Amino acid sequence: MSAALVEPVARTAFALPGYRFELLKLTAQWRTRALLLVCWLAPAVFVAAVSRQSTLPSDTVFGRWMGQTGWAGSLVVLSFCCSWVLPLLTSLVAGDVFAVEDRLGTWRHLLTVVRSPRRLFATKALAALTVLLVMVAGLTVSSTLGGLAAVGAHPLVGLDGQLLGPGRAATTVLLAWAVALAPTLAFAAVGLLGSIALGGSPVGLLLPALLALLLQLVQLLPLPVALRVALPGSAFTAWRGLFTAPAQTGPLLLGVGVSLAWTVLATALARRLFLRRDVTGQGRDDSARLVVVHAVLPLAALVAVTAAAVTATTPVTGPGVGRDQLQTSLATSFAHLYRLQTRELARPDVTEAQLRTTATCDKGGDRVADTGPGNDWRCVVSWHLPGATAVGSAVYQLDVTADGRYVADGDGPQEVNGFFQVRTASGDAPNPLWQFDGLVDLLAPTPKG
Amino acid sequence: MDSTTTVRARGVRKHFGDVVALDGVDLDVTAGRVHGLVGPNGAGKTTLLGLLLGLTVADAGSLEVLGLPLRRGAPVPDGVAGFLDGPGLYPQLTARQNLAAVADLRRRPRGGVDGVLEEVGLTDVADDRVRGFSLGMRQRLGLAAALLVQPRVLVLDEPANGLDPAGTRHVHRVLSGLAAGGTSVVLSSHRMDDLAALCSDVTVLAAGRAVFSGPVEKLATESGPLEHRLRTSDPGAARRVAAGSPGVRVRPDDDPDRRHDGPALVVRASVPDLEDLLARLVHGGVRVRELSPVVAPLEAAFLALTADAAPGREEPA
Repeated sequence: MSAALVEPVARTAFALPGYRFELLKLTAQWRTRALLLVCWLAPAVFVAAVSRQSTLPSDTVFGRWMGQTGWAGSLVVLSFCCSWVLPLLTSLVAGDVFAVEDRLGTWRHLLTVVRSPRRLFATKALAALTVLLVMVAGLTVSSTLGGLAAVGAHPLVGLDGQLLGPGRAATTVLLAWAVALAPTLAFAAVGLLGSIALGGSPVGLLLPALLALLLQLVQLLPLPVALRVALPGSAFTAWRGLFTAPAQTGPLLLGVGVSLAWTVLATALARRLFLRRDVTGQGRDDSARLVVVHAVLPLAALVAVTAAAVTATTPVTGPGVGRDQLQTSLATSFAHLYRLQTRELARPDVTEAQLRTTATCDKGGDRVADTGPGNDWRCVVSWHLPGATAVGSAVYQLDVTADGRYVADGDGPQEVNGFFQVRTASGDAPNPLWQFDGLVDLLAPTPKG
Repeated sequence: MDSTTTVRARGVRKHFGDVVALDGVDLDVTAGRVHGLVGPNGAGKTTLLGLLLGLTVADAGSLEVLGLPLRRGAPVPDGVAGFLDGPGLYPQLTARQNLAAVADLRRRPRGGVDGVLEEVGLTDVADDRVRGFSLGMRQRLGLAAALLVQPRVLVLDEPANGLDPAGTRHVHRVLSGLAAGGTSVVLSSHRMDDLAALCSDVTVLAAGRAVFSGPVEKLATESGPLEHRLRTSDPGAARRVAAGSPGVRVRPDDDPDRRHDGPALVVRASVPDLEDLLARLVHGGVRVRELSPVVAPLEAAFLALTADAAPGREEPA
């Protein structure tokens, strides 16, 4: 063949136009536009409306503070998003970014034009990631602005009872949303994998949502903490550790690390499947075997390896919720909240050190081991007041969940935690000791005996 | 290798599981020619076009396009464009947006979009969403997308699919013009009239093998003696003359295949024997009003060449 007919360099499509085209295709879909609109508007409306109601979503962490500070609304939205919204968004964006070409029958055209499956994979994944990031940014900004507009930038009560000033609250709220991005990326990568492995089938599209459902069911089981933190959704709850002092960085960093490992592995598996795929549609239909061999098994192996590594490197065994951790956490929270109540009632200030608060907890009586989640924890908190010889004590019923969160419900005496409101100089306010949220560090060592 | 060869395939094999789609196919396509691929369903046309577009790779054999060997992981040369199994267009985008995306992805100026839209006659609907386009309009837009690349090898799968006669003629003009400018056009079609009107060369595939490859005129001679419809002023005399002519077979009147031929005779003979028959009829005072092939020569050749292909075999999905 003559030199004139030989292409000197087989040029491949440039990445930026491909990325722009994928964004154009995504944003041209009414579904994507509607989701973007909802993400940027709905949280603000929800937070503003709920914050002004007399009944607050106290079953959601930080929900009981929505009427007091604008920062709480964003965290309530974050909690809700971590359960369902973020996995669903990843399903609808990342889960569809490849499958849509199957539905439209455009693979052949696209590959003929782009000529590089590797570049095509990268541009599609980046475009899906971009749209997801814009959606999460919308949820963050909208929920925060809605809360601040409705209630104001007042201090936020953390999960150990400490008050976070507006500056620190803002930083921590943003950091919490950033932490939630890690599992969102993991679910998005699973979405890419499902989109490629299962095409336009409903299972392929909804794989991240199905995974979220599966993980929520698994979380209900009495799993060892090592396995619990090795699951890709653990960072969806680990951000709560930012709201204690010191921050519970163990579960947080592990959760983020596990999520990023899932992101890398699932993306690599998706890319491998994509490059092996015969887009002429003439290959054998062995998608079920492909999914098992190239997706399910490697990801299951990652869970096993991560769980084994956590077991080997941390001193924690069992469910991670022990009596000593609970007692420490409860006593700390109570001391901080007691000071808050003292200020609200305009009593003489007292420091946590002066209070010397302790807690004694028991789970379900003598016949039940004092470990693990459950709503049958009963604790007695004791404290000292400067200049007083008597020791104050208060009773709390605790509902502890497997992820380490607990709700302490005051059970007397009335003057401390019996009423849900206290009368302050500026009017009635929620009694911080009546009912409060706390968090146990699941990876803190459990003392023997 | 010929200096004007743009596509060269030797012993190309491709299988999908147990199905052999291509079984040692050779193909040569020359610059400035329109090369047709024909064959029954499942003959391997789509697979061969897919290989040329780089959508899949051969299991064995060699395939070069514009001088570059096509291998797994290597992109096809920039001068190759076309579509397979219909143009893949995005219904939510307008015709102009679809083409602008192609221009961007292939690093061609967007300024060429209006020109190719005009070339395929879609200027009036340039800003309409493709969702509302007819099949023929989509075909023309797919062709416009391929033209935008200014291809040196244009690969098209059934480009006339869904086009009305005027649209077909329009597309033929565009493709002929491209070939005149030096582009190699490789297309598949089920319509022999398309091939006769457009192609200079043709490759006939049957059961994954190339059973003929060469100029269209040569294909027409592959069929052997053809059946012709003969209308005369005296059918009875004509039948007697034909029956007595050497090398001429007359189909009986009660043949069920003849029900559309009315009073005409159907005779089967080679071209020299037909000429001899005509001379005898004229000599016998029988006026000849019509002598036409019952089946077009190309179609007859196609049927003859692919007769051994398994009947009803479908193209792999």
